[in-house]
Amino acid sequence: MSVAGGELAGSIPPVSFTLGADGQIRQRLRLSRGFMWLCRLATYASLLVLAVLLLSIVWNSVGRLRWDFLSSHYSMQPDRCGILAGLWGTFWLVLLTATFSIPVGVGSAVYLEELAKDTWLMRVIRVNLSNLAGVPSIVYGILGLTAFRPLVIQLQSVFDGRHAVNVLGLFRVRLLKLDIYDGSVLIGAMTMSLVILPTVIIASQEALRAVPSTIRVASLALGATRWQTIWRQVLPASLPGIATGVILSISRAMGEAAPLMMIGVLTVASMCPGGIESPGQLLSDPGRVLSVPFDQFTAMPVEIYDWSKQPDPQDRFTAVAASGILVLLAVLLTVNAAAMIVRYRAGRQLRW
Amino acid sequence: MPTWAAQRISRRHETLIRWVLFVCAALSVLTTAAIIFVLLSNAVYAPGARTAFFERVSLWQFLTTARWKPTDGPGGHFGIWPLLVGTLQVAVIASLVSVPAGLGAAIYMSEYAHPREREFLKPVLEILAGIPSVVYGFFALKFITPWVLKPLFSLLGLEISIFNSLSAGIVVGIMVTPLIASLSEDVIRAVPRSLREAAFALGSTRFDVSARVVVPAALSGILASFLLAFSRAVGETMAVAIAAGGNPLLTLNPLRGAQTMTGFMVHASTGDSAADSISRMSMYAVGITLFVMTLSINLLSGWIMRRYREVYQ
Repeated sequence: MSVAGGELAGSIPPVSFTLGADGQIRQRLRLSRGFMWLCRLATYASLLVLAVLLLSIVWNSVGRLRWDFLSSHYSMQPDRCGILAGLWGTFWLVLLTATFSIPVGVGSAVYLEELAKDTWLMRVIRVNLSNLAGVPSIVYGILGLTAFRPLVIQLQSVFDGRHAVNVLGLFRVRLLKLDIYDGSVLIGAMTMSLVILPTVIIASQEALRAVPSTIRVASLALGATRWQTIWRQVLPASLPGIATGVILSISRAMGEAAPLMMIGVLTVASMCPGGIESPGQLLSDPGRVLSVPFDQFTAMPVEIYDWSKQPDPQDRFTAVAASGILVLLAVLLTVNAAAMIVRYRAGRQLRW
Repeated sequence: MPTWAAQRISRRHETLIRWVLFVCAALSVLTTAAIIFVLLSNAVYAPGARTAFFERVSLWQFLTTARWKPTDGPGGHFGIWPLLVGTLQVAVIASLVSVPAGLGAAIYMSEYAHPREREFLKPVLEILAGIPSVVYGFFALKFITPWVLKPLFSLLGLEISIFNSLSAGIVVGIMVTPLIASLSEDVIRAVPRSLREAAFALGSTRFDVSARVVVPAALSGILASFLLAFSRAVGETMAVAIAAGGNPLLTLNPLRGAQTMTGFMVHASTGDSAADSISRMSMYAVGITLFVMTLSINLLSGWIMRRYREVYQ
C-alpha cells in the first residue's frame, strides 16, 4: 500500500508501508489476543476446579448426608457413622485456641507497631515472625508432641496427687478427678495457637498500621498516655481489621489436621470432650466444662482423614468422608461469612 | 488535672503493660527457639540418658542410603532419599501446575480483567486457598485418580495405582496456585503505570507490555512467590498423606505411590512403637530435614525479593 501525494508529490517522497509490515502487526495482535486467552483460561480454570471439587464432594456424599449424621458417633457401619465427636472437638479446640492466640497475638502486634523502638531485638522479632509463618504446620506438631504433651501431663499429675487444694489456708477447693490422656484438647489448643499465631500477629499489625497517625498524635496532644491512646483510640479503630484477620486465622485452625495427628488425637472417638453432646447438656451441667481441656478429643479434619483412608472394598466410607467434608465446609463458610460482614460494616462506618 | 501520685501510679501501670506486651512479642522468638531445641535435642544430640537419632544412625548413612525402612532392630534402614525424592516429586509436579496457572491468573487479573471481573475472581481464589488440606486429599483420591487420571492413562496403555504422587502433586498445585496468584499480582500491580504507558506509546501490544515490560519489572517478586509456593508444597501434609499413600519407594514414576517426609511423620506419630525407639526418633531426623529445607527456601525467597527488587520513584 502506498500513499501518493497530490500536487506536492514532487517535493515529498512517497511514504509506503509494505504488506509485510501490515501482516506483522496483525500477527502481533493475534499473539497478544492468544496470550490474553491463555491467561483468561488459567484464571477461569480455578473456577472450574472449584466447581468440580464441590460437585464431586456433593455427589459422593449422597447416601450418608442426613440430619442424623450430625448427631451420631463413630460407627463401623458407614450408614450410622456420624461426625458428632469431631464437631464438638473442633468447637472446643477452636474456642481454646482463640483464647490463647488472640490476646497474645494482638498484644504482640500492639507492641511491635505501637511501642517498640527500632532496636536489633525488634528486628530479630520481625524477621523471625515472617519465617515462622512459613514453617510447615506439622513441625509445630512435633513441638506439641515433644514439649506440650509432657508439660500438660506433668501439670495434671501435680493436681491429681491431691484432690483438694487449700486456698490461702482459708477454704479447701475440691478439684476434679482428671484422667491423664495423650491428645487432650489443651495440648491441641496450645499447639494450634502457635500454628496460627504468626498470621494473627501479621494481620493485626496490618490493621494497626491502617490507623492514621493523626489519631495517635491528637490523642497524645490532649494529654492521654501511650496506653490510653492505644486502648481508647487505636484498638477500637483497628478492631474490624483485627477481627477479620483473626477470624481467617481461626478458620485455618479449623481445617488443620497435621499438628493434631502429631500430638496423637483420637482418629476414632465415641465420646465428646467433657461428655457434652448437646447444647442443652452444656446449660444443664456447666461444671462439665472444667474437664473439657483435659479430655481426649477428635476434630473434623482428623475424622475426614480417617474416613478417606478407611480400607473398605466397597468404598462405603467415601460417602461418610464426603458428608464430613460438607459439614466442615459449611462451618468454614459460616465463619468466613462472619468475617465478610465485619469487613463490610466496618468499611461503611469508618471514614478518615 | 491528675495529681502527682496518680501520675506516678499510671506511669507504673504503663510500664507493666509495656512489659506484658513485650513478653507476648518475645513469645514468637521463644517458639522458634523451642522448635529448634526440640528438633536438635532429639535428632542430633540428646542431653541426659536418652540417645538422639544421629547418635545411633550416622549422618552419612542417613544421607547416602537409598532405603527407608524405619523398623526397630537389625532390619531397619534409615536412608532419607526415598522420602526426599517423594517430597520433591510432589513439589515439582505442584509447581508445574501452579506456576503457569498462578502467573497467568496474576497477569490476567492485573492487566486484562475489568475491575468488576477482578472483584469476582479474587474471592474465588481466596476460597480455593481456604479449603482445608484434607479436602484436597479426598478430591485427589476419590475424584482425580479414578475419574481423570485412570481413564487418561489407560488410553495410553499405562497403569496407575490408587495412591500415586501425580494426583497428590496436582492437588497441591491447585492449593498453592492462589498463593502465587495473589503474591505475583501484588508485585505486578506495583509496577508503575508510566512504564506501561511508555510501552504502549512505542506501539507495543498488550502481550509485549505484559511479557516484556511488566513481568520483567516484577520478576524478583514473581520468583519469590514461586519459591514460597514450592516451600509450601514441600511442607504440605494431609493432602499428600491421603493421595500419595504410605509406601517409601525410591521411584521417579509419578504413577506409583510414594511417601513424602511429611507423610512419614504423620505415619510415625500414629504408630505404636515406644517413644524413645529408633523408629519413633527417626521422625525428628526427618523433621529437622523438612525444617531446614523449608526455612532455606523461604530465606532464599526473601533474599531474592530484596536483592533484585526494582525500585521506582
